Amino acid sequence: MDYSLPQSVDEALSILNSESNATVFAGATDLIPQLRGGRPEPGLIVDLKKIPSLVNLSFSNGTWSIGAATPVVRIKNNVKLTKEFPGLSEASGLIGSDQIQTRASLGGNLCTASPGADTVPSLIVNDALVVIASNKGSRTIPVSDVVTGPGSISLGVGEFIIEFILQQSTPRTSDAYERFIPRTEMDIAVVDAAARISLDERGNCKEAKIAIGAAAPTVIRVPAAERILQGKKINDELLAGVMKEASKACNPINDKRGTIEYRRQVAGVLAKRVVLMAEKRALDKKENK
Amino acid sequence: MSRLHIECEINGDDAEFLCDTDESLLDALRDEVGLTGTKEGCGTGDCGACSIILNGNLICACLAFAPEAQGGVIETVEGMADGDQLHPLQTAFLEHAALQCGICTPGVLITSKSLLERNPDPTETEVRYAIAGNLCRCTGYDKIVKAILVAAQEMKQNPIKGARS
Repeated sequence: MDYSLPQSVDEALSILNSESNATVFAGATDLIPQLRGGRPEPGLIVDLKKIPSLVNLSFSNGTWSIGAATPVVRIKNNVKLTKEFPGLSEASGLIGSDQIQTRASLGGNLCTASPGADTVPSLIVNDALVVIASNKGSRTIPVSDVVTGPGSISLGVGEFIIEFILQQSTPRTSDAYERFIPRTEMDIAVVDAAARISLDERGNCKEAKIAIGAAAPTVIRVPAAERILQGKKINDELLAGVMKEASKACNPINDKRGTIEYRRQVAGVLAKRVVLMAEKRALDKKENK
Repeated sequence: MSRLHIECEINGDDAEFLCDTDESLLDALRDEVGLTGTKEGCGTGDCGACSIILNGNLICACLAFAPEAQGGVIETVEGMADGDQLHPLQTAFLEHAALQCGICTPGVLITSKSLLERNPDPTETEVRYAIAGNLCRCTGYDKIVKAILVAAQEMKQNPIKGARS
């Protein structure tokens, strides 16, 4: 296995073009355990952390850009970003320990393609886009189009994610994230959920986005639950409908973390909690300041 | 395949070693450099026994490839004492019996050193969250938490001379 440390996107693309059995990595917090667990060694590992755009975190002209290899601790610690996307920031701060958060990245979290990836539900409800580097030129797609199943992604050979793009959220809009694990730290989601709620001037729900993780082969949106809230003042009756639709949308597995029935029920409970939390935050956030 | 030649700084000294590309930084520190203070617990980033500071960031050395150390600055438990003068954290761990078998201790010490550099006056809750990535199967954590809090007060009253912050 060879190691390379490209300094630019173009250099990385040309390296990947010359070695078909190559793997890109950022924090290696998933890659190294996989290799130790018996994953066949690639011929080449390509460390993306020296490419400036891959470790960038910046805001300009109403757009956030987060490099795919940027350690998630920088998301958690960014005050402005946290104010705007508190759910995404909380999800970033729940990935493993402090030791993991100095290394783990959004790009790695997404491309490992675990159904329980902590940051993915929040990225999806916030309509995050990814810019993909490719020999055919870069292209931009929604985060929701990247993962196609457990461990599998839509990127082609030789392609990698450069950055995540998030549009500044509008006034009276906020998000929330909840993860259920049997302890308070350092575990993998039994079920997790994110919501983004936009309110109108009267406090009615203008738009709702709800995503559930670890309860299906990929993170899922729950359009039926989102429609229930649209145009309405959120109340207990509507929330009961949200819970029912979130549970119904799940297609979970039975494993040591939870049974199918349990995961379905928890998905409903978490969906309700994140909607309420995002609504409360949206009420508090009258303007972008 | 030839081995890679890595030059870096370890505990304030220039260092160089040869390593394989698939070698972890933990294995390189222990087997190539001979710094065996950093321990391997799980090897998968769950236990924190191999915690070190690389370029100012607390990491698990088992989850980094050795070549990533090229040009970097590394701090391990061996660099905490100043000659015979133990670091206040080390003294507090001894005085408050914050260790039993000792396997997790180098990692806990480095993690708490990293915490106190960022937050010199942590609450008990902050200490407990900061060491959430360091598993100890002996002590039950109370003595570790107490020792870290005592060391924090000691370091506030008597700052370490020449400490790199």
